[in-house]
Amino acid sequence: MTRTAILIACGLIAGPIIGGLVSGMDRILTARMQSRIGPPVLQPFYDVIKLLFKEPLVVNVWQAFCAYCYIAAASIALVLFFLQSDLLLIFFVQAVGAVFLVVGALSSTSPYSQIGAHRELLQILSYEPLLVLVVVGFYLETGSFKLTDICAWNHPLLLKLPFLFIVLGYALTIKLRKSPFDLSTCHHGHQELVKGLLTDYSGPFLALTEVGHWFEVVLLLGLCTLFWTTSWVGMAILLVATYFLEVLVDNVTSRMNWRWMLSYVWGVGLTLSLVNLIWLHQG
Amino acid sequence: MEAVKRFINRLRSKSPWLLHFDCGSCNGCDIEILACLTPVYDVERFGIINVGNPFHADLLLASGTVNHRNKKVLANLYSQMPSPKIVVAIGACGLSGGVFREAYNVVGGIDKVIPVDVYVPGCPPKPEAIIDGAVLGLQKLLGLNQQKGA
Repeated sequence: MTRTAILIACGLIAGPIIGGLVSGMDRILTARMQSRIGPPVLQPFYDVIKLLFKEPLVVNVWQAFCAYCYIAAASIALVLFFLQSDLLLIFFVQAVGAVFLVVGALSSTSPYSQIGAHRELLQILSYEPLLVLVVVGFYLETGSFKLTDICAWNHPLLLKLPFLFIVLGYALTIKLRKSPFDLSTCHHGHQELVKGLLTDYSGPFLALTEVGHWFEVVLLLGLCTLFWTTSWVGMAILLVATYFLEVLVDNVTSRMNWRWMLSYVWGVGLTLSLVNLIWLHQG
Repeated sequence: MEAVKRFINRLRSKSPWLLHFDCGSCNGCDIEILACLTPVYDVERFGIINVGNPFHADLLLASGTVNHRNKKVLANLYSQMPSPKIVVAIGACGLSGGVFREAYNVVGGIDKVIPVDVYVPGCPPKPEAIIDGAVLGLQKLLGLNQQKGA
């Protein structure tokens, strides 16, 4: 019982702290790649605390409701991950959060917010099948959707699921709002839709969506570590390499349109997953 | 409680998000404002981000002469910014209307429409002067609660 309580607390605290630090290091790394100095590591925390204490202005009350639902779903998904729960359950809770964010943006009449919401729906459509296939890959190899069994597996899953790791990388790029998939909103200053999906969230509600995003980032990075659960060094290497690659891709590619995203991500992602799944089934 | 307020104000001054509005300037000031965002000056060092969205902004940099057409837009943008907010007027035209102040269509400086906190003179001001003005505005943000409490 106490163990469960400690794990829940870990999930709730680790999410914002790790997520914020990752986001801070991301901003410094991006700045260095653009030959700038960049903000301090703690800058994301300054931003979020500042936003939390700004005047609450809402375009529509449903927007505030959706912001709360989003952060609730994102934090529950991460807590379930820390509790070593069922991967499918975690996946569906996370998906509910993502949809609430879109509903919040759709409740405003601003065209930026509306178009951003439509693009976000297309992004969800692109990455959700890939995430399901990654989870299916775990099942085919270990025979279970439970994280306890997957973590207890005695050799690195990366050796058996290399293509599915690449597929997870695609989902991660979309979910982290990195180029070339930062269509709905971008974590940099602003894009052609101003801030797209997040245009009409302001003050404390923008802070909630940002913290919710950190929870999701930590959850997805957690999914990456599942590919090498046998050693801590392996996990660290996998995480650092994956994230560095994400930042690099973000800086060397430009934003594309949703048609390209859907056909490219589904084409490459589904093919790679299929190849890996058939290989697993045969082997 | 006072310490918490001071802490939050410190964080506010460390994360000013910027909205830039051109009320019809000749673009001289706007080029200098945008120069602050380039790698040479890199204002993201101080947490400044050009958000381009009044809902997210803390700092409004306004340049150019206000006329009867755009005064509504300026007032609208100001009212859409959640408080606390700081307004910095940039350049001779933003301060007083500049050389256009006598023209029939000109209202005058930015402060004829919305309250201005910091004035940055120049035609156009250097990026250093603009950064200096923004920093002055942030100091005002730091002392926000002392003023209200007094």
